[in-house]
Amino acid sequence: MTTATAHAQKDQAQAELERRMLRQMLLIRHFEEKAAEAYALGKIGGFCHLYIGQEAVAVGSLAALRDDDYVISSYREHGQALVRGISAGAVMAELFGKATGCSKGKGGSMHLFDAEKRFMGGHGIVGGHVPLGAGIGFAIKYKGGDQVCICYFGEAAVNIGAFHETLNMASVYHLPVIFCCENNRYGMGTAFERVAAVTDVAEHACSYDMAAELVNGMDALAVYAATQRAVERARKGGHPTLLEVRTYRYMGHSMSDPLHGVYRTKDEVEEQKKRDPISQLALKLKEEGALDQAGLDALDAEVRAEVEEAVKFADASPDPDSAELTTHVVAD
Amino acid sequence: MPTLTYRDALNQALREEMQRDANVFLMGEEVGVYQGAYKVSRGLLEEFGPMRVVDTPIAELGFAGIGVGAAMAGLRPVIEFMTWNFAVLALDQIVNSAAKLLYESGGQFPIPIVFRGPNGAALQLGAQHSQAWEGWLSHIPGLKVVAPATPADAKGLLKSAIRDNNPVIVLEGEMLYNTKGEVPEGEYVVPIGRADVKRAGRDVTLICHSKTVAVALKAAEQLAEQERVSAEVVDLRSLRPLDEAAITASVAKTNRAVVIEEGWTHCGIGAQVVDVIQREAFDHLDAPVLRVTQADVPMPYNKQLERLAKPSPDKVVAAARRVLYLD
Repeated sequence: MTTATAHAQKDQAQAELERRMLRQMLLIRHFEEKAAEAYALGKIGGFCHLYIGQEAVAVGSLAALRDDDYVISSYREHGQALVRGISAGAVMAELFGKATGCSKGKGGSMHLFDAEKRFMGGHGIVGGHVPLGAGIGFAIKYKGGDQVCICYFGEAAVNIGAFHETLNMASVYHLPVIFCCENNRYGMGTAFERVAAVTDVAEHACSYDMAAELVNGMDALAVYAATQRAVERARKGGHPTLLEVRTYRYMGHSMSDPLHGVYRTKDEVEEQKKRDPISQLALKLKEEGALDQAGLDALDAEVRAEVEEAVKFADASPDPDSAELTTHVVAD
Repeated sequence: MPTLTYRDALNQALREEMQRDANVFLMGEEVGVYQGAYKVSRGLLEEFGPMRVVDTPIAELGFAGIGVGAAMAGLRPVIEFMTWNFAVLALDQIVNSAAKLLYESGGQFPIPIVFRGPNGAALQLGAQHSQAWEGWLSHIPGLKVVAPATPADAKGLLKSAIRDNNPVIVLEGEMLYNTKGEVPEGEYVVPIGRADVKRAGRDVTLICHSKTVAVALKAAEQLAEQERVSAEVVDLRSLRPLDEAAITASVAKTNRAVVIEEGWTHCGIGAQVVDVIQREAFDHLDAPVLRVTQADVPMPYNKQLERLAKPSPDKVVAAARRVLYLD
């Protein structure tokens, strides 16, 4: 193989990766927009935390993982579930509380699970799942595997004791875990700097002798590269990493919360949208000549159709049987 | 049959289960190098190594959660709390993670984990170190709760707990660790959910568990000697699931009951037992059911006050006399 051919193939592979990332981000965006509509129509109940604006974090980081790696997340996990390969239909059906949902309609928006995809939830207590991520890492090490576990949480979880207890133990035990802090600046309606003495989350890693990196969360490729480095550390040496990924949520904390108002201005939200991760990657692909407007439109239409299908599937799916009320309380 | 302490019976159960299944590991404060705060894990680090006998920092919430995560990924953790008083810090992981993951995942994630350690008061440890949490823990669907009173039951129930595919709470006791009893060698399991009649009787049923079994047995002796009353002592052993059939069968025979527990009265285990009795044995009752519990106060330090706060054989005898209308 000539050097030129090798370069061309590498470029081709890179363009493919970027195209795939763009498609995944579009899928999350349109899925979440549909979820917002469905919520307004009363098809989704309870709490529903949307991922719009943060797409690059799930897409960039999960591109660095293998299928046999583990993923665990908070209650803002629709995006990660979709990227991990849980079908849009199964996720939407779960939001609708249907029997065909990925948790059989018993979990809901905050509790998406798929054992086969090693998607370990969907957890609703801020910071409560951070130790679980370390436990999965412990099991990997115990069994002598070379998998890793990526654990997503928001910046507000950093003020929780479980975060600190876990980082300490993950470092002491050399666990192959990537702690991915999605810093979207606000814990519900409270700006992080108002309640955190240390506002650079990555700095906390110093306390636990852990590697850390500050990452631009509006750039899927930057997130991908940083996660690759973290995965390498975890897979080869069992060393955990704390990634602080700076991102921004366009929507309110949950569907029942305002987009802006007392805690942030409309101007701020609009300003942040100029860094939109989808627009940025689409522009890059266009500039590289890997995708033209027609190609982008086609991709967008394809994803919209997939989301429409997901909604149809969820709508048409049955509620869980009444007998499901008492199943899965205890295992055999 | 060999005679062992309760402590060594637990140790034997742990050792046998760790030999039997490579996925079983023990994690907690002081379980390894120090050989266990109460020496329940004596010798296990030497036999199984540091990957399977894991010393932790003092971080109950963190290591309980690591246990749950490890269980999600296929291991069978045994998490030791130095006492259940400290486990209160880990309740989020027990209640919100361990107990719910199977249900909220639609059956995808069973959590085979044991949380164990001493529960309730010892001697003069003060209010924060003298609490019986079974009422709280038994309230939660998704958990199983056992409270063995004898060395044999300690071994048999711990082995069952480790083999169970659900989170199982094992409530031990500082004051039980040194007690001795015959313990069957090798394979000996006590099924979860089965009560045990520790003393047969005709006139009144004393329903108890854990440390109060000894209290009830002593009361039964006093009743036999002083009142010529034949008391039946039913050791619940499992608090969730509760052996309703055993409770009902005994009360149907004796027509009277006293329920004894170390915990506080309000919403305690006894309240649940009394519910079973009124529901399943109403027509058999010849007297209202009475309860003997800890006084409704934080545990005092002073020796005399502490004695007054705890259930005692005298209090059980007094309650039995009342349900027998002997007063």
